[in-house]
Amino acid sequence: MERLLKFLFDYRAFFTFLFLELASVWLLVENNQYQSTTYFNTSNQIAASIISTSQNIREYFSLRDINSDLAIENSRLRKKLSQQDQILLARELSLFGDSTIINRFDFISAKVVNNSTRYYKNFITINKGRDDGLQAGMAAISQRGAVGKVKSVSEHYAVLISLLNIDEQVSSVIKRTGHFGTVQWDGTDTRFIDLKYIPRHVELKVGDTIVTSGYNSVFPEGIVIGTISSFKLNEEAQFHSIKVALSQDFGKLSFVEVVRSNLKIEKDSLEQKIIGDPK
Amino acid sequence: MIRGGILQIVLFFVYLILQVVLLKNLVLFNTSFCFLYVAFILLLPVEMSNLLLMLIAFLLGISVDIFYNSLGLHTIALVLLAYLRNYWLATITPQGGYDIGTPPTLAANGLQWFLVYTLPLVFVHHLVLFFVEASGFTLFWYTMLKAVSSLLFTMAVMLLLQYLSLDRRR
Repeated sequence: MERLLKFLFDYRAFFTFLFLELASVWLLVENNQYQSTTYFNTSNQIAASIISTSQNIREYFSLRDINSDLAIENSRLRKKLSQQDQILLARELSLFGDSTIINRFDFISAKVVNNSTRYYKNFITINKGRDDGLQAGMAAISQRGAVGKVKSVSEHYAVLISLLNIDEQVSSVIKRTGHFGTVQWDGTDTRFIDLKYIPRHVELKVGDTIVTSGYNSVFPEGIVIGTISSFKLNEEAQFHSIKVALSQDFGKLSFVEVVRSNLKIEKDSLEQKIIGDPK
Repeated sequence: MIRGGILQIVLFFVYLILQVVLLKNLVLFNTSFCFLYVAFILLLPVEMSNLLLMLIAFLLGISVDIFYNSLGLHTIALVLLAYLRNYWLATITPQGGYDIGTPPTLAANGLQWFLVYTLPLVFVHHLVLFFVEASGFTLFWYTMLKAVSSLLFTMAVMLLLQYLSLDRRR
């Protein structure tokens, strides 16, 4: 016993080292699990307020860009609204009688207070949280396309997993052909994302639009992700390897809309009865 | 001793705020990062014990991680750096040894010694940081490029600050 204690004491530096390293590896692994509710990130009140102050200062330098983006968004929405009115007028409101289907998704607008694109695992912090009805697992989109999923929320802030995160996968569809696959970032170029699992018989064209499929009920269907910029098919490969040019410039993100899917619970519980837990 | 302790605590927060408010936004060519906070651990007094060093490194690492949304990542790299530091200091002791109570700075030991001291330790820190972040060796050369270019950036800023404080003392 005495010897053991002496041994432990002699190598105390090494054992402390081992203990601290194991503790940090545990934190790393724990934090990487999807949709954790940990507070040790930028949704933490103190961290978020420091970061939003720094973001406020930085924003003065990009006001011009943000303004023009918002103006474009405004005009686009106004156009869409008038089109919608025309259609409703023509069909006399007869097509969608069920109001739950019409109000399937709620949109909550939020400002980006922190955003990274330069790491392998990128996250975005926004200034809306549990108080505004956000929950882990919701989707975030912007005017130009899909942005990411909510990872964790605090009272007034939330952290999103960006599409530019090597762990993030989103079910998606080639709009022209209707084949579905999965998009996942490879960690290098922030302008491109990989589209996987498109079988080799599918005939692709450069410029085909990739949109979300809506199969996992996180993203509404039809949200643009990007367009195919190049593809190749290796001799023995089962699937195409496709590069998709993202429609969203993640370096210039300033506002996002978080999507609350009101029928998600109903759809998930129905599916769970048949195929078990979706994870 | 107590004055020195208080100064170090203030410095801890200075390095932390500097890192997460300013340097976090300062990335060159999308590959070159500046992790100046390692300088805080490197410049603590020579005779500080290994245990204390690692505990401080753990605290600093976690604080930086909270702001980088990467809990555990910077902590792993920084605790390793703190563990290796004293062994490396003992290996490269200059002739006549270290002066008691002084931090291992450029002013005290000269440029050549300072480079030999900091360069390998910072490189190990960056290697661990980027390869753990990439979770594997699949993007080996790209990750390596990130590590080396960040090493240059961090070292440049650290040397600059060393020369600035050198001038003030004269």
